[in-house]
Amino acid sequence: MPNPLAFITGPNLLWAGLLFGFLFGVLLHRGGVTDYNVIVKQFLFRDFTVLKVMFTAIVVGGVGLFILHGQELTNWHIKPATMLAVVLGAVLFGIGMVIYGYCPGTGVAAIGAGKLDALAGFFGMLVGGIAYAFSYDWIAANILPVADLGKKRLPELSPLPEWVWYAGLVALAAVVIALVARFEKSSPKS
Amino acid sequence: MKSPRWNPYLVGALIGVLSLLTFSLADKPIGMSTGIAQASGACAMPVIGSDGVAENTYWAKKAVPAWDYGSLFVLGSFLGALVSAVMSGNFKLESVPKIWRERFGSSVMKRMVAAFIGGVVILFGARLADGCTSGHGISGSLQLAVSSWAFFLVMFASGIITSFLLFRRNSKA
Repeated sequence: MPNPLAFITGPNLLWAGLLFGFLFGVLLHRGGVTDYNVIVKQFLFRDFTVLKVMFTAIVVGGVGLFILHGQELTNWHIKPATMLAVVLGAVLFGIGMVIYGYCPGTGVAAIGAGKLDALAGFFGMLVGGIAYAFSYDWIAANILPVADLGKKRLPELSPLPEWVWYAGLVALAAVVIALVARFEKSSPKS
Repeated sequence: MKSPRWNPYLVGALIGVLSLLTFSLADKPIGMSTGIAQASGACAMPVIGSDGVAENTYWAKKAVPAWDYGSLFVLGSFLGALVSAVMSGNFKLESVPKIWRERFGSSVMKRMVAAFIGGVVILFGARLADGCTSGHGISGSLQLAVSSWAFFLVMFASGIITSFLLFRRNSKA
């Protein structure tokens, strides 16, 4: 479906990628998530910056997109729920994220902020990409088809209307933010 | 030194707005790991030749090594953080992060090797899951994608277990 607002097309997409990426990099740095300590301490429940940033982004972006999509102004971009691959990949990702100390996006941004270990990890990521490309044919034949649910969205799994899901998302974020605030109050250190 | 950090809720909200701009104006999600996989193809070229890269199913179809929206987004993120760090006076070359040093010592080599290995593992995982913290965690979760919420929950659980195994002992931090 053509998207009526998407006037950035063709070669202009290159500039848009650079500009949007630039803004994303500024925000990651200003959010403090280009810092190894902040990311690892999230997993240790000693710093909640990562959850605060992510949940706010998901709620603002999610509700906004729900409205835009309701007006048929945007398209969905859903990644396939190839469940075995997603779960195995996510397990590896969590392990890698703690050892590397960044995720791919915050790692790239952390290089910009001067973190040399992020640069070493970037070379590792290039090797990881090469390893995946060489394994792809086997993975596509043996892993991706297992428990492949297709490009499914959560609202498609139940008869509940779309807005109920987004109301639930807002409520979930409110609960998470409230719990974080309470937890931070009760443990004054750091 | 004045902290360069903004309120995390404000930053999150602005990332949400940014995602609305990319979805609506460019019909693209925010994503990072595909762009890095594209770059990996470019790095493989001198070794296996451009024919070798072109014959690889993944680089031919899923992550074509070229300058496009996705790969320039990666470059832009690096530049954005660089400019932000320099302008805020926060730019500082650093090899061994504090929490790592407290647990594993100040060896630069050790930290670099670990970061490299972590990088290999995280990107392989991201490509297997078809997304990272950006593509799944933010862009996919906000669209309520089944794949992305599965990724988010499993990734977080895996990270919690790993971090407690690795860092449990330095509880003073």
